[in-house]
Amino acid sequence: MSSTEQEDLTAGEQKKQEERVEEVQQMNRKPRSTSTIVFGLLAWLIGLTFVAPVLWMVLTSFHAETDAATRTPNFFAPLVLDGYRSFWNAGPLPPLINSATASLVSTALVILLAFPAAYALSIKRIDKWTDVMFFFLSTKMLPIVAAILPLYLIALELNLLDNIFTLVFLYTAMNLPIAIWMLQSFLAEVPVEMLEAAQVDGAGLIRTLVSVIAPVVMPGIAAAALICFIFSWNELLIARVLTSTVAGTAPVFLTGFVTSQGLFLAQVCAASVVISLPVLVAGFAAQDKLVQGLSMGAVK
Amino acid sequence: MSSTTTATEVEDDTTSSSTRSSTLSRSARWARRAPLLPALIFVIILTQVPMIVTLIISFTNWVAFRPDDRGFAGLDNYRAVFGDPEARSAVFVTIILTVTVVLASLLIGLGIALLLDRQFFGRGIVRTMMITPFLIVPVAAALVWKHALYNPSYGLFNGILRLLFGENAPTRDWISSNALIAIEVSLIWQWTPFMMLILLAGLQSRPMDVVEAARIDGANAWQIFFHMTLPHLRPYIELAGLLGAIYVVQNFDHVFTLTAGALGTANLPYHIYQTLLSAQDYGEASAAGVVTVFGTIIIAMFALKTAFSLFQEESR
Repeated sequence: MSSTEQEDLTAGEQKKQEERVEEVQQMNRKPRSTSTIVFGLLAWLIGLTFVAPVLWMVLTSFHAETDAATRTPNFFAPLVLDGYRSFWNAGPLPPLINSATASLVSTALVILLAFPAAYALSIKRIDKWTDVMFFFLSTKMLPIVAAILPLYLIALELNLLDNIFTLVFLYTAMNLPIAIWMLQSFLAEVPVEMLEAAQVDGAGLIRTLVSVIAPVVMPGIAAAALICFIFSWNELLIARVLTSTVAGTAPVFLTGFVTSQGLFLAQVCAASVVISLPVLVAGFAAQDKLVQGLSMGAVK
Repeated sequence: MSSTTTATEVEDDTTSSSTRSSTLSRSARWARRAPLLPALIFVIILTQVPMIVTLIISFTNWVAFRPDDRGFAGLDNYRAVFGDPEARSAVFVTIILTVTVVLASLLIGLGIALLLDRQFFGRGIVRTMMITPFLIVPVAAALVWKHALYNPSYGLFNGILRLLFGENAPTRDWISSNALIAIEVSLIWQWTPFMMLILLAGLQSRPMDVVEAARIDGANAWQIFFHMTLPHLRPYIELAGLLGAIYVVQNFDHVFTLTAGALGTANLPYHIYQTLLSAQDYGEASAAGVVTVFGTIIIAMFALKTAFSLFQEESR
């Protein structure tokens, strides 16, 4: 449907473009209308509404517990680091290190496995490569919860419960399909001449991948890595079922934090800020990559 | 599913690359497959094998407390799932939760994407503010909503009401008075940015000169929106909606944190988790898992079709 639409548009585009250029430029030069200001203000209002819970979380994390738990919000209470101090005393370092290990190692594994796979699905294509692509996608649609019991039983049998590498492997499997889809779409755009040149030079598969293709598709690799990192860092269900004291990740720590400590609002907010920080930093730094990653490479 | 597969095969046979590769020798074909195999085998072992085990366990009578009492149960576990009012309610909650959250965040996301597509002062800042909710770790977000916003005595919502209307303000216990809506609102807050980002990318890929041309030809804003923008956005809306649905169906974090499944908010993921951990009824939990998979497959079939159409456009 949209292909014919698109062609109509391009046909119309060519016909009208030249004669309309001047008028279009006039439109663009038009001074700010009231509607621009109204819609701009509306956008600001909505943006502030959406970010307000986050700002409140950050503000509360810097309040003393007595100022945090008041019946009317105390916006101008003095800022202190008590919340962060009690969070730190609860021993967040092991879970944070576990989270970092699980997300970084699994992301590295994902890229290592997905990159050659994407090559076989885009450049030197195997037969029935579309079927393989859809197989990968379909695994993404199976709810993790339906597989959690066998995973638990198998881990129990192999003595792999509460082991960070169990999570590394499961997160790798969880994110591989996304990365393969993304990298496939990026690799499909690598210019043929470049690959032919590599072939003439007699480069083998690994050299072609590493020194010819990788530099070109680096933005795609970065987008895939970002999204895999975020999804593994956020994951709760698998970690909650398969880990406990040794290999528990930051989200698991956060759930236990509230029940074992009673409710201390500033402390909970401080913990939430710290644990969300890596994702916030990575996401803000690579906003465009975020879109590519979330759409599995369909939107560039 | 089958129609998708045949379409794929037809597509494959007509493309030049596959006709070329079908003439390759056996060893050359394996050489082509080699880079794919590690990833493929890895995914099959870690996703398909557990699913098959779940399917097998779902037909057995297996409660962890009674390890000697294991045996073939036929369809008993499935009868238990469909006869169990809690499981039925979980199916229902999952559907309501997914449909509400996906539709609401799609609509709000579309509205915000349209606003952000316009030029105004500080557009980049507003875009960044809008993305923020999506970048908060879900458990952390759910915790903050539960304790810092919804809490009846010191949460921000009631606090602002008291600030505005004094001590007699119409405050309420947001979670217990309407638990499912409380979960939905916090989820919509997290998922709207996701929808917004994909739709905004769609809007910005519109050929703008055509829109300008239509405007010059006298088309008004509504005509442009319904006849040009919306048709152009359709694949993006479908993609955002279906990817969103895949994630929201599986949501565990918010239900677990905000209500722990109480007050009629237990969805299928939470229900299965509960059956596993407290009842230790492996057979019934597996049957519920299989039911979830079938439910998801229905959504997945639509998703695959959408992905397929996008995919075809891309490979042209």
